[in-house]
Amino acid sequence: MTRRHLATAITGIAMAATAAIALAGCSGAGGGSTNASGGTLKVLMVNNPQMVDLQKLTADNFTKQTGIKVDYTVLPEDDLRAKASQEFSAQAGQYDVATISNYEVPFYSKNGWLLSLDDNVAKDASFKQDDILQPIQDALTGSDGKIYAEPFYGESSMLYYRKDIFQKEGLTMPANPTWEQVAALADKLNNAEPGMAGICLRGQPGWGQMIAPLTTVVNTMGGTWFDDDWNAQVTGAGFTKAANFYIDLVKKDGEKGAAQAGYTECLNDMTQGKAAMWYDATAAAGSLEASDSPVKGKIGYAAAPVDQTKSSGWLYSWAWGIEKASKNQSDAEKFIEWASGPDYANLVAKKYGWAQVPPGTRTSLYENPDYQKDAGAFYKQVQDAINSADPTNPGVQKRPAPGIQFVAIPEFANLGTDASQEFSDAIAGKTSVSAALKAVQSEAQKVGDKYK
Amino acid sequence: MTAAIESTDARRIRSAPVSSVSLRGRERRRTVVLGIVAWVVGLIFFGPIVWMLLTSLHSESNAATNPPSLFAPLTLSSYANFFGASSGASPWPPLINSAMMSIGSTLLVLVLSIPAAYALAIRPVKKWSDVLFFFLTTKMLPMVAGLLPLYLIAKTLGLLDTVGLMVILYTAMNLPIAVWMMRSFFAEVPLEVIEAAQVDGAGLLLTFRRIIIPLASPGIIATALICFIFSWNELLFASVLTSTTSYTAPVFLTSFVTSEGLFLSKVCAASIAISLPVLVAGFAAQDKLVQGLSLGAIK
Repeated sequence: MTRRHLATAITGIAMAATAAIALAGCSGAGGGSTNASGGTLKVLMVNNPQMVDLQKLTADNFTKQTGIKVDYTVLPEDDLRAKASQEFSAQAGQYDVATISNYEVPFYSKNGWLLSLDDNVAKDASFKQDDILQPIQDALTGSDGKIYAEPFYGESSMLYYRKDIFQKEGLTMPANPTWEQVAALADKLNNAEPGMAGICLRGQPGWGQMIAPLTTVVNTMGGTWFDDDWNAQVTGAGFTKAANFYIDLVKKDGEKGAAQAGYTECLNDMTQGKAAMWYDATAAAGSLEASDSPVKGKIGYAAAPVDQTKSSGWLYSWAWGIEKASKNQSDAEKFIEWASGPDYANLVAKKYGWAQVPPGTRTSLYENPDYQKDAGAFYKQVQDAINSADPTNPGVQKRPAPGIQFVAIPEFANLGTDASQEFSDAIAGKTSVSAALKAVQSEAQKVGDKYK
Repeated sequence: MTAAIESTDARRIRSAPVSSVSLRGRERRRTVVLGIVAWVVGLIFFGPIVWMLLTSLHSESNAATNPPSLFAPLTLSSYANFFGASSGASPWPPLINSAMMSIGSTLLVLVLSIPAAYALAIRPVKKWSDVLFFFLTTKMLPMVAGLLPLYLIAKTLGLLDTVGLMVILYTAMNLPIAVWMMRSFFAEVPLEVIEAAQVDGAGLLLTFRRIIIPLASPGIIATALICFIFSWNELLFASVLTSTTSYTAPVFLTSFVTSEGLFLSKVCAASIAISLPVLVAGFAAQDKLVQGLSLGAIK
């Protein structure tokens, strides 16, 4: 009996072990078998509308031309950043290409996680590297002067306003407004129509949410997160002025539920006629002028409002970088040459129309008469906004790290998000601005001390 | 409070000689009240799911309005989107991966936990309560704490992004719960029946097959279903340890969230579609499940 008992137990364990070993060798159902003409490329990508279009276009175009199959992992922005930093820091080789932004490029390249594109993609004559908008290219260049990523799309920030409401109220928008002027306009426009806010500004916590527009206001009002020696300047005069200004403006003339409103919520408000002005990413122009938008043709465009600087728009780009540990580097280069290449815009235009072409990367797009006609309302403003952005010198003083609406160090994601929670609480009236600034200052100094 | 009054009421009804008409009336009233309570509780639980279903059937712009547009026209476009209408990404690979991992790990858990439960309940090993407690302690470490070491081990062994790795992990995660559940179900099997079988000359395997398994089958099915659901729904480990070939349905679900544009309806449609297999498994096992979960309560 005991022996039989034991035998049964051993059989069970042996069965389990065999099954485990058999399964361990088994790969998943995703991903295809490698075909004869090319390999399979693994791409990690953020979920934005233009990326989804790219995913759809890949099989019939890129794979058809090159024989290289592409497997995508699509993730929302925060998950993507977590996954990318885990993947690149471990050089795990699970992905060949990933969408990274100008926030990551400076320290990813410094850490040696990225393959330089200087001698391959950028050198290829048909890729036309000199067609890439200069500020975007600079933002994707490492501190060693080498290009580490090629842009898929680029954006800056600008001020949207309702032309029809302005006309009705007898107001005019200056071409290069100051924040003071914008605040005065917002005051007059508040409740211009029932339930209409004077201005929509992001108040949702998150370093990629409210911290982006707020930091551009800080820059132009003479403030900065850190001075050149990594001393935190959050309680400095410029930052304090900007934070008070921004939070007062949102509280007084801003949208309903401002402490929870991010890009998407503001876009909704603007589309549904619940805001007269909106300061945000240039990428929104396409949505506001889309054929099914109720405010199509009613939107005016002005440069990002300024105070002490000449321009204040931010600079952001989702771009393709190749992981250094990738075993398919030449296929990865071909993929980037296709996705960021000069012909991709035409492909999207033919299939989906010019409005869905990823903007903000190439001069040739802004010189294309078809695009000019289709995006006539805003293309010039976007081009000017990007071209006037200077990530290395966005404010009135020298900075220790590049970035306009962020500081390009890995710690900033946490610092910015914690700070935004304080500021968002201040918008909601749960804390005072000065208390919020004090709390953020001490946290920022802890980060700064690491670099001293 | 209501329940207490109700039960004293009931006792009085039973003991006092009341006319049959008013008795029926009172009983009916009691049934109605209890019925209403059950419905309210049921609706509170079911409400979010109905809301999700409704949202998934609205267009993106109607799903995002505040106040909600309840009576907006219905459309299946978000479901078309789930099947790849706008991205061209097929939902089948992640669904198949999830099925392989959930079924594989559940079978493995059963194979391991049934003998373990036998050794803890029917023929208790020495210090069986310590053994049982040891199983429980393996659940005390926060799962996140093991994530990074596991990632590095999997990377070194070349097991990142494989179904096998996830099967082993899900087995390990669910095994303690399964052993605990199964032990309590096996403990319910009357020892006399087992002894009678042995007196009749049945060996261990035969006793298992003909006596223990049939008697404990509601419990085994309840355990299996819970293991299946836990593996099917697991997101944290899958999102870190899988990438393009072995990614699971929950990871695929997160891919519909975007920071630029509307996604509520798409995510709701995907959630509904991904919950369906669990729902089907639950319905299929419903009878056994109710038996299994109330086993012991009516002894």
